[in-house]
Amino acid sequence: MDISILAAEEPLPVLPLPGELIVGIIAFAILLFVLNKYAVPRFEALYEERTDAIEGGLKRAQETQEQADRLKAEYEEQIAGLRAEAARIRDDARAEGTQIKAELRAQAEEEAARIKQRGEEQIAAAREQAVRQLRGEIGGLSIQLAGRLIGRELSDTEARRGTVDSFLAELDGMEPRQAAPARSTGAS
Amino acid sequence: MGEFVLAAEEFTPPGVGTFIYPPIFGEVTKPIVQAIFAAILVGAYFLVVTRRMTMVPSKGQFVAESFYGLARNTMARDQIGGKEFKPFVPLILGLFSFVLVNNLFGIIPFFQFPTMSRIGFPIALALFVYVAYHYAGFKKHGFVGYIKHAALPPGVPAFVAPLIIVIELFTKFAFQPFSLALRVFAAMFAGHLILVLAVVGGEFLLFSGSALVVAAPFAFIAAIAFTFLEVLVMSIQAYVFALLAGVYIGAAVSTEH
Repeated sequence: MDISILAAEEPLPVLPLPGELIVGIIAFAILLFVLNKYAVPRFEALYEERTDAIEGGLKRAQETQEQADRLKAEYEEQIAGLRAEAARIRDDARAEGTQIKAELRAQAEEEAARIKQRGEEQIAAAREQAVRQLRGEIGGLSIQLAGRLIGRELSDTEARRGTVDSFLAELDGMEPRQAAPARSTGAS
Repeated sequence: MGEFVLAAEEFTPPGVGTFIYPPIFGEVTKPIVQAIFAAILVGAYFLVVTRRMTMVPSKGQFVAESFYGLARNTMARDQIGGKEFKPFVPLILGLFSFVLVNNLFGIIPFFQFPTMSRIGFPIALALFVYVAYHYAGFKKHGFVGYIKHAALPPGVPAFVAPLIIVIELFTKFAFQPFSLALRVFAAMFAGHLILVLAVVGGEFLLFSGSALVVAAPFAFIAAIAFTFLEVLVMSIQAYVFALLAGVYIGAAVSTEH
């Protein structure tokens, strides 16, 4: 058969032909060069860019979140501080109000006491004056009255004077406080 | 090729001859054209798709990025390690995409031949991997340091150490690149042979001029089924090739000692 003749001429399939080996090496070397120089760096650049974009985005989001958290904590702290401040101010105002009220009351009481005292003093003075006046007049009036009753005028004799004085002394006896001034009053 | 034309009464299965193409001009054969075309295709694709990339990817950019992400993250970063993988990303990406396209040529109309079933190409790629992982190892550990690192994995008992040293050195300096090249070569070779067998056999049955004609559809159905299987195998082989490149580099630069 001519197939056996063909086979005899053919090289073993496991032995490389130099031409194929050389072409294989050169073709692949060129391909390797192209991939190494252009394709792979472009892919890697894209990978990096994408990683940056994703990680950058996540990082930015995290930073924003942290900032928001920080601000929130700050505000809460401020609010708590303000609340405490307000409570303190309220307490202070209340205390002050109480104090002012107490002071005003004390002042008013003092004033009232003073007014009362002054009134009492005035009353006492008026009374004394009235008593003194009365004491002056009462002698004359009594003598007039007595003169009418007994029908004769009682002149300024020693006897008459003694009678009046004893009468007044009797009156003073009823009011012992007035005893001393009564005598001098009777002279006028 | 010519074998089934003359086999009117006797079926001759396709053999190694299936993989031999006459030169188109000079020494240039179909597999060579395919390899060059694949390199241009992959290079142009990545150049065009990365030209205008946006933060929010379009559909096309998303596909390219997913592919790139698979090579970069699953194969390079996870195998080599988070610190040292970056310089090897182009190699891993190139291996994955170049092998994948060349494999898929096996089922794409007009090409219909997996370039990697010509062993010269897998060997060429394995050479790149071989150079890359030894270079990475020497650079990381220094000359003596890397030889020691490669020869003796951590935790080996002293009495088996001599044996292990021989095996490890042989594995890393001789066996690994060959197994890497042979794996994809064999898968593509065998897969293509099965596809050709199914198609050629179906054709033979169809034109046999006897009752065997009724069996022809089954052969074609098998060919279609094998085509789908081949897509899977081609993708897996491309993935494994690039992944193993990452594994070898990762082993060379690892610091477990």
